[in-house]
Amino acid sequence: MNLGTTERQEFAASVAGTDLVTVVGGKTQWGVGGAIDPNARPISAPVGIYDYTPSEMTLRCGAGTTIGDIQNKLGEHNQMLPVDAKDESTIGGVLAVGRSGIRRLRYGAVRDYLLESWHADHEGKLVKSGGPTIKNVSGYDLCRLLVGSLGTLGFLAEVTVRSLPIPRCSQWMTGVCDPFELQSNLYRPSSILWNGIQVWVLLEGHPADVAREAEVTGLSECSGPPALPFAGRLSLRPKLLRELPQLYKQDWVAEIGVGLVHLSLPINNDQNSLSTMTVMRDIKKRLDPTGRLNPGREVF
Amino acid sequence: MSSKRKKTIFDELKALLGSRVRADDMELQLYGKDSSVLSGVPSTVCFPLDAEEVQGIVNICNRFQRPFIARGSGTGLAGGAVPVGNPVIISTAKMNKILDIDLEDRIAWVEPGVLNLDLSKALKEFGFHFAPDPSSQQVCSIGGNVANNSGGPHCLAYGVTTSHVLAAEVVLPNAEIVTLGGIDPEPTGYDLRGLFIGSEGTMGIATKIAVRLTPNPPDVRTLLLDFADVSDGALAVSAIINAGIIPAALEMMDHNAIGMIEAFVHAGYPVEAAAVLLVELDGLSGAVEAAVETIKDVAKIHNAGSVRIAKDETERALLWKGRKNAFGAVARIKPDYYLHDTVVPRSKLVEVLNQVYQAADKYDLIAINVFHAGDGNLHPILAYDAREPGILERVHSAGDAIIKASMDAGGVLSGEHGIGLEKRDFMHLLFSAHDMFTQDLIREAFDPQGLANPLKILPSGSRCSDSFKQHVPEGVWV
Repeated sequence: MNLGTTERQEFAASVAGTDLVTVVGGKTQWGVGGAIDPNARPISAPVGIYDYTPSEMTLRCGAGTTIGDIQNKLGEHNQMLPVDAKDESTIGGVLAVGRSGIRRLRYGAVRDYLLESWHADHEGKLVKSGGPTIKNVSGYDLCRLLVGSLGTLGFLAEVTVRSLPIPRCSQWMTGVCDPFELQSNLYRPSSILWNGIQVWVLLEGHPADVAREAEVTGLSECSGPPALPFAGRLSLRPKLLRELPQLYKQDWVAEIGVGLVHLSLPINNDQNSLSTMTVMRDIKKRLDPTGRLNPGREVF
Repeated sequence: MSSKRKKTIFDELKALLGSRVRADDMELQLYGKDSSVLSGVPSTVCFPLDAEEVQGIVNICNRFQRPFIARGSGTGLAGGAVPVGNPVIISTAKMNKILDIDLEDRIAWVEPGVLNLDLSKALKEFGFHFAPDPSSQQVCSIGGNVANNSGGPHCLAYGVTTSHVLAAEVVLPNAEIVTLGGIDPEPTGYDLRGLFIGSEGTMGIATKIAVRLTPNPPDVRTLLLDFADVSDGALAVSAIINAGIIPAALEMMDHNAIGMIEAFVHAGYPVEAAAVLLVELDGLSGAVEAAVETIKDVAKIHNAGSVRIAKDETERALLWKGRKNAFGAVARIKPDYYLHDTVVPRSKLVEVLNQVYQAADKYDLIAINVFHAGDGNLHPILAYDAREPGILERVHSAGDAIIKASMDAGGVLSGEHGIGLEKRDFMHLLFSAHDMFTQDLIREAFDPQGLANPLKILPSGSRCSDSFKQHVPEGVWV
């Protein structure tokens, strides 16, 4: 039997029942989507790295495994999972919430790193989706559906994620410049942050390239990004970020080229009526007919 | 007005689309096939111009309870566009406009019939391209890429279609027009766009697609490594990845493929080699130069005969021409071929390749291997002559053996071609009945009536009690 099989079966069994149930990770993004019904019974996903083959660039682990443990394991072979989550966050939590890290500009969204998942459904049965290889189009892409679903469609028990080599050199730069012009002058920077006045840019790659690109920026080296405000979060098409200084005087930091804005005021996207609401409700009803999975969390 | 005759589905489609509805024998035959070995018979072929017309067609199909199948360029290799159940074919061929290129947001809105390579050509002057590049990119459509979540050689570094499509306007099977996903980074709600991509037309028809633009790399280097032993070539693949390099592409061609390609393109491929690796590195020059040096070292350790580095764009294009036209070159050996598409862990490449050769030997067929080695995506070609009696059964048996060998090695059924009809009945090798039941529950949320490209992807009995055999049109080979 494969390593992890018993753990995921036991986890699924712990989901089974008719009561309300919630899965608890590192609680680092616990408030996202609204408060959990206090009557929900808390359970935790399996913890442990079951399989890691550096030459495959894939790692299979329990969904309750922390990002810190995963990064440490990958780091032994100079690899990483470019999600920029807190060490104490669990991989299951990071995927269920689906928010990407500040290096999304270069590495893409967190959704793209989940290859295969086992989740416990509302009856406590295990469902496998995707496949363990980095390329796979066998069957419907349920992995994408589960990422960002806040555990309202099923609870991740085990995941296989893909890893990347750690860049040989990483350098943050900061100063005052036009962040949009900066983006077009650089080839795939890892991150460009802007607060309306100051710009921070992360360059990663071969030392010679980082040095050359650093010169292009005309900015000064710094130790890291600014602290991100966390009371509000806006998701905008990237070019709308130009208008931010006119819109918000308060503290904010925007991810240039991505379109995310971190704000110190509790401002979020309007949850307007979506044309796809009917399909989303239908999916929820089919996968969790009694609404027992993570009650209280709202995805839309 | 005076006519008492009940209107047929054809009459209604004709009233909607005029001459853009066809049902002559030749057309029906043409649209009965895609690029797989399967075929069926459609009832009608429609050529809508926009989302409203697609909506109109789907409405009519709903009223007549008639299945409908969206079709791009028909380059699909798994029978995804093959008609089942006397369906209406909705061709996106006339929806082929690039609607908007937005360099600030780095996206383009395109209609589904835009050809993959045409998009990248249009983006060239701005310094961008669309990253997924299937071998059929000169003829395959973006809509088809979305339906199959297509890949291509450069997906090793850049990811497959799902990572490059941000939003899609879709006509749902109930004829409602909706937008899935969004061009902002965190669209509200469940990721229906992610679910839709790769659903092979069973969840609706994309009528407008927002794709991500990828900047063209400042530096590109293409290398050709040759090996006297296939195992050495396969080990070099893992060694390159282990060295911390993710090439833009890492392709392998075996002896049979090399000979065939060289005779076709005259690119100077080493015809006596057992295998070659075509490696492409791109990015900033520091990283590219360092990677070239590392690969030279790997080549030495793994007994490569030589390392050829394309000296200019012409030579690079020639090397790629060989790779991308490999399937066309098969005609030099046999008139027909059957192309497989499984993925195995890189570490199992040698083992599974050997099983591919054994299967070909056993059934007296020629196996040609040209594939995306970097991501373990095998594409064994079984070349044959369809006129030979009993040959299809042998091709079929060898194909089964290849699929089983790939599954035993911990692989998956399809890397980029999809499941369609061809691999539908192999899904149980990868998924439990409950896994497929869950997938079908979700499909049904989009298409409760089961009219959108029915009986594809999931085997019958995943949920409803349809007997597939009854739906198999004459001549469909499963």
